[in-house]
Amino acid sequence: MSWIDIGHIDEVPLRGARLVKTHIGCIAVFRTAETEVYAATNSCPHKGGPLSEGIVHGQSVTCPLHNWVFDLNTGEAQDADEGRINTYPVRLEDGRILLDDSAVTRRSAA
Amino acid sequence: MKQRLVVIGAGMASGRVLEHLTDSAPDAFDITLFNAEPRGNYNRIMLSPVLSGEKSYEEIVTHDDAWYAERGIACRFGEKVEKIDREMKVVEGANGHVPYDKLVVATGSNPFIIPLPGHDLEGVIAYRDLEDTQQMMDMGPDNKVVVIGGGLLGLEAAAGMAAHGVDVTVVHIMGHLMERQLDEAAGYLLKKSLEDKGIKICLQANSKEILGRSGKVRALLLDDGTELPCDLLVMAVGIRPNTALAQDTGLAIGRGIHVDDQMLTSDPDIYAVGECVEHNGEVFGLVAPLYDQAKVAGQAILDEEASFVQKSLSTKLKVTGCDLFSAGDFADGPGREDIVFRDPSRGVYKRLVIEEDCLIGAVMYGDTADGSWFFGLIKDGTNIDEMRETLIFGPAYQGGDTADPLSAVAALPPEAEICGCNGVCKGDIVEAISAGAGDLGAVRASTKASASCGTCTGLVEQLLQVTLGDGFEMPTTQSICGCTDLTHEDVRRLIKGQELKSQAAVWQELGWNTPNGCHVCRPAINYYLLADWPLAYQDDPQSRFVNERKHANIQKDGTFSVVPRMWGGITTPEELRAIADAADKYDVPTVKVTGGQRIDLLGVKGEDLPLIWSDLNKAGLVSGHAYSKGLRTVKTCVGTDHCRFGTQDSTGLGIKLEKTLWGSWTPHKLKLAVSGCPRNCAEATCKDIGVVCVDSGYQISIGGAAGMDVKETETLCQVSTEDEAIEVVMAVTQAYREGGKYLDRLYKWLGKVGMDWVKAQVVDDLQNRDALVARFELSQSIYRKDPWAEHVREKAQTYGPIADFTLEAAE
Repeated sequence: MSWIDIGHIDEVPLRGARLVKTHIGCIAVFRTAETEVYAATNSCPHKGGPLSEGIVHGQSVTCPLHNWVFDLNTGEAQDADEGRINTYPVRLEDGRILLDDSAVTRRSAA
Repeated sequence: MKQRLVVIGAGMASGRVLEHLTDSAPDAFDITLFNAEPRGNYNRIMLSPVLSGEKSYEEIVTHDDAWYAERGIACRFGEKVEKIDREMKVVEGANGHVPYDKLVVATGSNPFIIPLPGHDLEGVIAYRDLEDTQQMMDMGPDNKVVVIGGGLLGLEAAAGMAAHGVDVTVVHIMGHLMERQLDEAAGYLLKKSLEDKGIKICLQANSKEILGRSGKVRALLLDDGTELPCDLLVMAVGIRPNTALAQDTGLAIGRGIHVDDQMLTSDPDIYAVGECVEHNGEVFGLVAPLYDQAKVAGQAILDEEASFVQKSLSTKLKVTGCDLFSAGDFADGPGREDIVFRDPSRGVYKRLVIEEDCLIGAVMYGDTADGSWFFGLIKDGTNIDEMRETLIFGPAYQGGDTADPLSAVAALPPEAEICGCNGVCKGDIVEAISAGAGDLGAVRASTKASASCGTCTGLVEQLLQVTLGDGFEMPTTQSICGCTDLTHEDVRRLIKGQELKSQAAVWQELGWNTPNGCHVCRPAINYYLLADWPLAYQDDPQSRFVNERKHANIQKDGTFSVVPRMWGGITTPEELRAIADAADKYDVPTVKVTGGQRIDLLGVKGEDLPLIWSDLNKAGLVSGHAYSKGLRTVKTCVGTDHCRFGTQDSTGLGIKLEKTLWGSWTPHKLKLAVSGCPRNCAEATCKDIGVVCVDSGYQISIGGAAGMDVKETETLCQVSTEDEAIEVVMAVTQAYREGGKYLDRLYKWLGKVGMDWVKAQVVDDLQNRDALVARFELSQSIYRKDPWAEHVREKAQTYGPIADFTLEAAE
C-alpha cells in the first residue's frame, strides 16, 4: 500500500469535506473530528447526490439531496435505506492527509 | 574488566535505565552521567504541582547526590557534551574526554518556540525546566501572564499561576482545549472549569506578534488586532526531539533518533531512550512509554531479551478541580461505535469508542473514577460484547438503566428563566407546584408561566413531572430528533435561560446522546444560537444544509442555481447585461425569471460559483439569498411612479424593506410584498408579511402562504407612515426569529402564539416594539452583508477540489 499526500487537515473544515478528483470520478475526504478523516466515493447510490456537500455528524454523512445517511466506517446506508458507498483507506501524519493510492490509480488503471 | 557506560542526559528515561542497571548488575559498569542542567534527575512531570505550590522542589527530586554516590556514578552536571567520536568511542565533554564501551543518548526534547516577531524578548519563556517554573512562581496577583498553547502543559502552567492569583490568559489556536486528548464536549467542560478558576481562554486565536518595551515583553498581539498585555509570556505549544548531538554524530535520525525494538540506534554500541527517539514513526511525550523504553534499554545493555512495544496511553490533567481522563484512540480507525453518556446536573461527560467488540478509547470529564478500569479494558483488549449495554456505567453497575431525559430541566438553577414572556423563573413554578398547582392549567393560572406565547409549555410540563414524579402524567411530545428527548421549544427556552452560547454547550448541558448531533438538529441549533446570541455565537457553515453553506441552490444533477438580488424587483440595463455576460461566460444552460421578480441562472458548476459571483459583484449585484431560511424577496408593483391607481410609492417601500431585512436568518424562508393599492398586483396577501398601501397609509398583514398550504394573511395593523411600517415589519420579523420553531413558516408560528399575542408585542406595546427593532438591528450589524463577496474574498479555494489527479498526464 502506498500513500499519496493530498493536502493538510486544515484545508478541510471540521465536520466538512473536500473533493479529490480522479480520472474515473470524485472521492470525498471527510473530516469528522479535529484529527479524524475518512474517504469515500462522492456519489450517493440513490440519485448520485454529492456526498461531500452533506452534513457530517458523528462518523456519518447525510446526502444533501434526499437525506440518506451513510456510516463512513462501513459505507453502509443507515436506517431503512439500502445501499453502500465505497470507502478508501486514508490516514493522518503530522497534519498531512494521506490517501491510499489504490483509490486513485486502481480505478484509473481499470 | 568493567565495561565503561556513558549516559548523556539525566532525565526521567535515563534515570530509569540507571536504576535498572545498578539494581540488576551493580558491578557490571563504570558509569559516567552528563547533564546540561546543573542538577541530577527530578520528576519533570511534577513541575506543575511545584508551580501551584502543592509540592516543593525537594519532594520531586528522584535521584539526589547520595543516590549517585552510592552507585558510584560519576556525575558531570552542568557540563555540555560537545562531540561523540564513534571511531575512538569517546564522549568529548566541555571539561574532558570520557571513553565508552556502551553509550546511552537521552538528550530529551526542546520546547518548540513559535518564531513570532519578538520571541526573543526578555520574559518570553517555555515551560520545560525548573528555571522556567521559578520564573512563573515569581508572578503574583499584580501580574498578567499570557500562555500560548491550550494543551496539557499550557493549561497546567496557567492553572498553577492562577492559583497564586495571577491574571492568566490562555491563547489557543484550535477550536477547543487539549484537542489531542479530548473531544469537543470534554473540551467545553474543561474550559468552563478553568474559567471558573478565573483563567481567561481565547480559542481559535492566532498569535501575530509579541510586543515589547525596552527589550522586555509587554503584550501579545493577535491577528484580529486584540492586544493582551502581559509581564510574562509562556509558550507551551509542543516539543521537538533534541537530535542535534545525534545528528552531528552521524546517527540515523528522522523526527527523532531512529531506534529499533531494543532501543539501539544505527550504531551497535549506542542506545537512545526518551523524548529524543523515534520508534516506528512515533515520537514520545508522555512518561509511561519512556519508562518502558528505559526498561528495555537496560535489559538490552545487559544482553537480556527485551522488546519495546508501543501501547495505548492514558492522560490525566494535573489541575485540581478539573477531573478529566482520556485513553486510547478515540480519533482514528474504521468500524467503530460510540457510547455517549452525559449528566448535565453533575457536569459529567463520558464517551467510549468500541471497535469489533473491544473498547479502544475513552474520554471522561467530571467523573473519572472508572478511568483505570476502562484503561485496563483497552490495554487488555477485553471482549466487551456481553456488557456493552451497561459498559458506560462502569464496573460497579450492571443494571441497564438509561440516562434520565428530565435531567437537563432538573439541573436548572431556581433562578433560570422558563417563561420569557412573563418573566417566570423555575423557582416560582416549583413553588407554585409545591403549593398545589398540579397541572398545566393551574400553573398557568397561578404563575402565568406558558400563558402567553406558549412555547415554554414543554418545560413547564417537565417541571411538573420533576416535582410531582409519578403524580403527573407527561403528554407525549415530539423531540427534535433522536439525539435528544427535548422539543424545539424546550431547547430554545433553555438556550436563552441557561445562556448556552455554543453548540458544544447545548450538547453537553442539554444531555445530547450523540457526540455532535445529526443533520436534523444541527441546522436548528445553529439557527437558534445565531438568532439568540448574534454577537457571541459564530455561524457554523458545517451545520448548514449545502444551499446555505454554498450560498446557491443545489440542483438534482449537483450543479447550482445563482440568483442575484434585484431590490424590489427593479433592475437596470447594466445589471441585465452583466447577467447575460455571466450566463454566456459560464455556459449557463437555463435562464429563468422567478416568481420573486428576479432572474435565476440554473446549472452553474460548483467550482465556478466564486468566479460568477465575482463577475456579478463587479456590476453591483449581490446574493439574492434565494437559497436561505431567511429573507428572500420583497415583491412590489410600480405604485405611484407609473400606475394610475397607485396610492403610495410601493416600489420605494419594497426596496427600503429589502435593504433593511436582507441577509437576516429566520426559522424558515421569509417572503414579503408591497402592493400600491388594494388591487394588490404584488399579491401581498399571500406572503409571510404583506403591505397593502391605501390612501390613509399602510395595511400590514402577516401569516400568508402560497405553497404546500395556501393561506390569506391576517391583518396586524394599519400605520400612517412609511417609517412606522418598516418598524412594524422589523419588529414582527424579530419576534418570529426569537420564538419560531426551526422550519416553521411564519403562519405556523402565528398559529401557535396567536394574533392577539403578536399584536400585544408589536402594535400595542411601543416600548417592546422598539426593543425588538433594536435587537433586529444588532443582529443585522453582523448579517446584513453580501456572502458572495465574502466567499470570493476568503473562501474561493474551498469551492475547488483539494487535489486533482485528472490534471496529471496519463501514463
